[in-house]
Amino acid sequence: MAFREYKIGSMMFGVCLSVSMFVTIFLPGLDISGVSSTQLALEKQLTYGWESGFNYYDPFLQGKDKPIKVTLTKDPRTGAKIDETDAYVFKPGTHFPNGLTHNWILGDKVEKASAGTGRIHEATEEKGGVFLVQVADDDTPYIEYATATRGWTVDAVLKAADQQFLAGSGKTMFIREGCWWCHTLLPEETQDWQTFGRPPMTGDFNGESPTTFGSDRKAPDLLHVGSRNSSREWLTMHFFNPRLVQPHSIMPRYDYLWGDKDKEGNPIDLKAWDKKFMAYAKGESIYPPEVPIPASGSEARMLIDFVLNLK
Amino acid sequence: MLKYLFAKEDDIPQGSAGLFFAVSAICWFIIGTGLGSFNAAKLAFPDWYHGIYALQFGHMRQVHVHAVIFGWIAMAFAASMMYITPTLGNTKLWSEKLGVWNCLLYNIGLCLALALLWSGLTSGREYSDHIWPVDLYIAFVMFIPWGVNVWMTILNRRTQGIYTTNWFFAACVFMTIIVFLVGNLPEFFHLTGLNEAYMTWWFAHNILGLLITPVAAAITYYIVPKITGNPLYSHRVGHLHFWSIVVFYSTPAAHHLMSSPLPEWLKSFASVEGVLILVPAVAYVCNILLTMQGKWSMFVSNIEIKFTITGVLLAIPLNMQGGFQQTRAINWYIHGTGWIVAHAHLALLGFSTFAEAAGVYYGIQVLLRRKLYSASLANFHFWMLLIGFSLYWTSMTIAGLIQGAAKIYEVPYVDVVIAEHPYMIVRWLGGTMVFFGNIIWLYNMVMTARAGSIVPVGRQPVEVAYTR
Repeated sequence: MAFREYKIGSMMFGVCLSVSMFVTIFLPGLDISGVSSTQLALEKQLTYGWESGFNYYDPFLQGKDKPIKVTLTKDPRTGAKIDETDAYVFKPGTHFPNGLTHNWILGDKVEKASAGTGRIHEATEEKGGVFLVQVADDDTPYIEYATATRGWTVDAVLKAADQQFLAGSGKTMFIREGCWWCHTLLPEETQDWQTFGRPPMTGDFNGESPTTFGSDRKAPDLLHVGSRNSSREWLTMHFFNPRLVQPHSIMPRYDYLWGDKDKEGNPIDLKAWDKKFMAYAKGESIYPPEVPIPASGSEARMLIDFVLNLK
Repeated sequence: MLKYLFAKEDDIPQGSAGLFFAVSAICWFIIGTGLGSFNAAKLAFPDWYHGIYALQFGHMRQVHVHAVIFGWIAMAFAASMMYITPTLGNTKLWSEKLGVWNCLLYNIGLCLALALLWSGLTSGREYSDHIWPVDLYIAFVMFIPWGVNVWMTILNRRTQGIYTTNWFFAACVFMTIIVFLVGNLPEFFHLTGLNEAYMTWWFAHNILGLLITPVAAAITYYIVPKITGNPLYSHRVGHLHFWSIVVFYSTPAAHHLMSSPLPEWLKSFASVEGVLILVPAVAYVCNILLTMQGKWSMFVSNIEIKFTITGVLLAIPLNMQGGFQQTRAINWYIHGTGWIVAHAHLALLGFSTFAEAAGVYYGIQVLLRRKLYSASLANFHFWMLLIGFSLYWTSMTIAGLIQGAAKIYEVPYVDVVIAEHPYMIVRWLGGTMVFFGNIIWLYNMVMTARAGSIVPVGRQPVEVAYTR
């Protein structure tokens, strides 16, 4: 039996659903896509790279295929002293964020400045390169391809760097380990200003994926945590066992992100550590066991770098 | 069941697909609530299970959510559709074989999807956590064959009209497929930024609003008239419910992001549409409760009605919360707190689960033609669910209000954690009660299959005595 008199109903249903999707997807999409990137959005893209969730280039979310953020105080080419500068190093083969590959998403003025002054069209993923975030005289932020404009090569910049942050890989850890199930990355527009800092603006997200706002806050918001607490030592202890620094914390331990060996290459024995810790927790010993310093390529280091970089 | 995979269509007993789905749903319900109880224990006592790194909270939380949504709730829906749709069309299910295959591939796919989530492979987007190959599997292997079976059964019906329930069934499966394919566009095409954030919640809102609540309502539209013998109070109000769901429920996605920097017009629009959700909600609740006229004794005496009407009554606070908590006046206080967690459980564990449990209780009896084994065990299950849920909802609502107050008074966050601790324990107890109740339910259903009294042809289970 065919639909017969229900044909009208089915057509009406199609019309309703289409109009609904037009209003709730197409129109907001147009509006949001027209927003210009802020400086923060450019920095985030260059820090986090292509995609932090599941993707072809890092299917098991191990923090691969990510740029390295470095701070420089001298020019890597000439060795001359410069003001402290953040640079974003894409080793050859590292995939570029959306703003570099589809740069219309940056917004008109930002795109123009990045393409003109910043010469970003000359960058390719095969060669890699070094990028900076700059602000033009008319306050337009733009991306500068420093390998072309200043001759800063990947190797030279990594060598000259005072500090390297694996914050891009760390965001992958943040997503894989489910940190965002409890820690939001979205100070709310109403009451969060004083405790958790400035809420983000519309243009702060161009090119970022996923945005991981989080919805179920069971722990402090982390969007500006690096400004509140910039102690690597505190964070190291906190990730290893949060109850070392905050006895009432309900955060899980992330000691397994340390891997097998610490920074000096000594093996890490989590069971033995736990035994000593439990003795301490019961009051049988005065001091808690020492927390190993994470190896420089460990997942723990990546995650700590990500959190410290949340300014 | 597996012997029917390669049988001829005519050799497969009617109802096989429905039964397969129903039993799977109960098993997933046990798994899902077990995981929930485990996660809740972690929030109350974080060092309790230390050392078992495979069971990290950050990996298990989303497994719980997807086990209950796609394991329990969606499969209970599939089970209900596989037997209710043909009954309402006075016909057979279009293809039992497709249904059995559908259920098998659904179970396999869900196991795979949850294993991937468990191991940390995620898109990092709430509710659309699954990686995009899994999203495509869910749409094309799990939902489209299910939809085809429902749509073809309705097309091949032997009645002239289409009853409200079937309108909902056909439309909701269709909309779910659309939501899956459109809501995951950010993953398929690497859309980024606020578009990605907004589409994440467009998906989350619509998977709840266009699948879970309306299908649960559709099941009650069938169960209540069928078991009480009263005709539906008003078919026309049922239509109002259906059309206002399509129009109002598909539009307020942005109200999940009221405190984010989305365009203001979008938030205001979503908020107004969000209040209009009360139109289908009030229409629905009135329609069902008025259908009960003269048969209220069955609310006590009949287990399926007890479940159904409890669900409908829970839909009243659910929709009152849902309609108003997303307005700017209230949202700033409770956004991102345990209040929302309580509200989500009121929708899924309260309203929806009670309606589905009735659908599955009734479906298994009808499909097996056997009366439920034990009324006492069923009542025990009911009270474990209701008390467990109430403990959960109350404790999380209080915890949410504490968090909300702490937002204003700038309390150091750890003091909120300390203040919430007792409520985290109560939440865990409540969840654990639901889990144990479900184990009893599975036992009762297995015993129904083995030892339930036979329901003669032409009789309703309600007319037959319990075995025990």
